[in-house]
Amino acid sequence: MSRRDYVSRKLMAKVGGPLLSRITFLIPGLILVFTFVVYPVVATILLSFNINPIIGVNVVGNRPIGFINYYRILTNFEFINTYGLRTLSFPMGAIIHNIIWIAIHLPLTVIIGLLLAVMLQNVRGGFIIRSLIFLGMVVPMIVGGLLIEYSFDKFLGVVNIFLRLIGLGFLAKSWTIYPNTALFALILGSVWLWTGFTLTLYSAGIASLPKEVIEAAIIDGAGFWTILRKVIIPLLKPVTVTVVAMTILWDLKIFDIVYASTRGGPGGASMVLALLMYSYFARAQDYATSAAVATILTLITIPVVVVWMRMTLKGVSE
Amino acid sequence: MGRTSKVKLLSKAKPGLTGLIRSPIKWLIVNVVAWVIGVLWILPFVGLFMTSVRPFGEVAVYGWWSIHPFTFTLKNYYNALFNPMFSLAKGFINSLIIAVPSTIIPVILAALAAYAFARFSFPIKNYLFIMMLFLMAVPQQMTIIPIFFMLNNMHLLNTYLGLILVHSSWGIPWITFFLRNYFSLLPKELEEIARVDGASNREIFFRIVLPVSLPGIISAAVLQFAWVWNDFFFALMLIYDPNKMVITQMLPRLKGQYQVDWGLLSAGSILAMSVPILVYVLLNKYYITGFRGWAMKR
Repeated sequence: MSRRDYVSRKLMAKVGGPLLSRITFLIPGLILVFTFVVYPVVATILLSFNINPIIGVNVVGNRPIGFINYYRILTNFEFINTYGLRTLSFPMGAIIHNIIWIAIHLPLTVIIGLLLAVMLQNVRGGFIIRSLIFLGMVVPMIVGGLLIEYSFDKFLGVVNIFLRLIGLGFLAKSWTIYPNTALFALILGSVWLWTGFTLTLYSAGIASLPKEVIEAAIIDGAGFWTILRKVIIPLLKPVTVTVVAMTILWDLKIFDIVYASTRGGPGGASMVLALLMYSYFARAQDYATSAAVATILTLITIPVVVVWMRMTLKGVSE
Repeated sequence: MGRTSKVKLLSKAKPGLTGLIRSPIKWLIVNVVAWVIGVLWILPFVGLFMTSVRPFGEVAVYGWWSIHPFTFTLKNYYNALFNPMFSLAKGFINSLIIAVPSTIIPVILAALAAYAFARFSFPIKNYLFIMMLFLMAVPQQMTIIPIFFMLNNMHLLNTYLGLILVHSSWGIPWITFFLRNYFSLLPKELEEIARVDGASNREIFFRIVLPVSLPGIISAAVLQFAWVWNDFFFALMLIYDPNKMVITQMLPRLKGQYQVDWGLLSAGSILAMSVPILVYVLLNKYYITGFRGWAMKR
């Protein structure tokens, strides 16, 4: 054993010197995180049960401690609207709108992103197209929401121009101002904004695929769709898990787009969970109920977060 | 070591699937279709831009796509920048005042923490790391009510400092995670030699680790800056004085109650998105690198 090896081994045993020196690296960041993220998360949970978590202010008044806020939300028509669900008309309630959002947005954006990623590998100047599509991810989501509203405008909107061009002019209207189409317009718009994300992740995934496997498939005479289905999609499974998890989380947290374009209207037809939380806070100034909505939203995200965390931690340890 | 081999792998596989389409006619069709999709995709942006540089009266009558009567004007931009109620010029400056410190503070603090996570051992390290990971995914809504009352108690509600503190704290978990991964890929030898020579942790970090990690630090800073600039929710909740509002916060307020002046709104939108687009174009390499770490926060 050389001297350097010996010294190195010795250092590894007690990496970083005395404990105090090691944790001083950590302390400043942790103080901020605990003050403005961890404590508020805990406090929001407490608040949702009518327990006053903030010293010096009585936020909850003298309401009884318990599940009362959850009961009030779960039975509120803004959360789930049974009439809307029965008659299949909007509004159906924020939670249902979020579910519809995921049901439409997730498959569309994943499939379009994957197909475009594969397609652009074979296109001259594909990286330019990729950058153009990625623009939707770069701009503020508030602008994204305004762009969606503008694009669905009856006279000036791109969507309606297109509808008129292909002879479906009778469908042209300002989609975001009618209860039955507002939510769908926003969801389609969010596909347009978010596909840059799935496209970028899939493109990176495809670039790192083992080329030999695909070459072998080509030599074996496999067609395009066979290679896509039997080789590319299975190999890209880790990317797909990440993309799906992040897309679901984004759909659940959606706020800016809706706020900028419809504010949850008309008549609650495009209300979503994050906006419902805000409306309890700002409109009703009912902080405890607002906290309960936030807690429900966070609870729904947890299974997805766990899947994503497992995935990420596996990547870290490798 | 690990990183160089990964880079090699990537560059080698770069052509990827180019051999997938063999017939030249099919290749041509695919190329044309792709470009048509690309052009259609940014049409809303084109419409927004066209609307912003001409009088809205003209756009409303002929449509933004018509080029026959085309009156070029910057009046919409002027009206947006110097709007009597919500001056976007002020909003623009406010956004900068918020975003610059909200980038510098968390990047420095998170870099320190990330180094500790990457190189040191300490009690409950793994639990803290998992907590950081979890915090990356927490919705903003889950934290805002207590923050609102805390800042109110500290007389920091409706101040730049309050919003900067919140943004900084919110940025630390993802930057820590991102830089931890970056630091763990660095070769350890140089740090070990320095330690043998008696250098302290602080010296090793600032003299050796930080200089070689500059690309990673810039990536984190670029994404954090863009994120803070684009953020709407924290500003909406914590700032209510029109003189202190950030640009994303003013935009929806430019919408009238009944008649939407798209000339004004489109110019405002272009102004608000100009900064993140500029950052994206000028620092593209760093933007893309940081993108995966940051995407979680949306």
